[in-house]
Amino acid sequence: MSRKLFSQKIQNIKDEVLLLGSMVEEAVHKSVNALKMRDAKLAKQIYQHDIELNDKRFSIENAILIVIATQQPMARDLRELASMLDVISELERMGDYAKGIAKVAVKLENVELKIPIKEIETMAELAIGMLHKALTAFINEDAKTAAQIPYEDDAVDRIYEDVYHKAVELMMSDPSNVDNSNLIIWVGHNLERLADRVTNICERTVFIATGELMELEVDEEDDKLEFE
Amino acid sequence: MKIQISVKNFNFFYGKFQALRDINFEIPERQITAIIGPSGCGKSTFIRSFNRMNDLIASVSTKGEIILDGENILELDPVTLRKKIGMVFQRPNPFPKSIYENVAYGPRAHGIKNKNQLDEIVEKSLKDSFLWDEVKKDLNKSGLSLSGGQQQRLCIARALAVEPEIILMDEPASALDPIATLKIEELMQELKQKYTIVIVTHNMQQAARASDYTAFFNMLPDRAGYLVEHDFTQKIFTNPKEKITEDYISGRFG
Repeated sequence: MSRKLFSQKIQNIKDEVLLLGSMVEEAVHKSVNALKMRDAKLAKQIYQHDIELNDKRFSIENAILIVIATQQPMARDLRELASMLDVISELERMGDYAKGIAKVAVKLENVELKIPIKEIETMAELAIGMLHKALTAFINEDAKTAAQIPYEDDAVDRIYEDVYHKAVELMMSDPSNVDNSNLIIWVGHNLERLADRVTNICERTVFIATGELMELEVDEEDDKLEFE
Repeated sequence: MKIQISVKNFNFFYGKFQALRDINFEIPERQITAIIGPSGCGKSTFIRSFNRMNDLIASVSTKGEIILDGENILELDPVTLRKKIGMVFQRPNPFPKSIYENVAYGPRAHGIKNKNQLDEIVEKSLKDSFLWDEVKKDLNKSGLSLSGGQQQRLCIARALAVEPEIILMDEPASALDPIATLKIEELMQELKQKYTIVIVTHNMQQAARASDYTAFFNMLPDRAGYLVEHDFTQKIFTNPKEKITEDYISGRFG
């Protein structure tokens, strides 16, 4: 196998993508923790963390463009690099979701509200788990595993419905809770979107392996049932 | 897609050495087909077989068929054949004659003597090869006084003057600078409206940019060339079927 230097460059970028992914996982984990502990100081660390995360995304994007411009990648190499461009923008958005949760944690710091934190923690665990598996499959170019991961999204969606209903119950029990309960729905929504975006990463893994761009759609039926 | 040339079980030998083995291949009409592959895989030998350039080499023998317009090229009279199939080479090779005479040479050889008719052919051929505007005032200057890129377009005009059906190009831009190279590639896009083009190139980016179909040739252990894969250019360069094609186009060969 020749082109050692070129392969090394791609490997370095992959390592950076993996690092960006772990930064996102940490941000999500911390943001939910900040909400649980009502810890505004921890939550504000995540704002700073998000700036670093965005910088990392731009530096990876730059490295990918340089390799494309200078090395003329073809076939699988090209699919890999193009897919990484897509994956880092997904990760950056996931970082924004974590920041959104952190903002809610700041707002609720001194608010008496029975947050369904067990459910939110479970959602976060499941979503982080999906992300971790999806990135591992992506780096290992394991299309078979990647195609299975989106099925795990159903569990996240179900718990999101629980969170939604509990937030609505809080609103109905005391109308002064409406604003703050709405923030809880936002937290659930952010985690639900995060898990959805994991599917996009899985689609890229399948693309690298097969050359086919296709949606890994698994929840058409569930879409109809949500919030009924 | 209409097929212009069908290659059937084509085998080529230089004496006892087999240079090409069992090539089966169809070349679509009015499209650009690029042939890529490592040095020595028989790409040039292959396209030179189309207009029987290899006839000049002693001890050459072939098996199989190359069918053009229902006839086997290998059994045709080479002069008739070369009116149908023009060729452009790696190094521009104008005749040491005027620009005008370079282009008029072919039609004259095929019996056209009328001056007005020759003038028309020269103008049309130079226009079709994107050279007319640059040389119309200097038609009597030597073809050798032109730049390399212009000389190559003069050679293309010379090939077009006999109104061939097919233009073979053997590394037509490898001796040219990047600007002249892009001019040739743009010219190819115009020419394919009327002609079938087959191009051999070592420059994979050129094949990717300029061709509609790409064929990848490689060598067997006994060094005989064979066709690995032939597909749409965009397929070959984004997701080829064969691993060895992938290795070659991504620079990981061997």
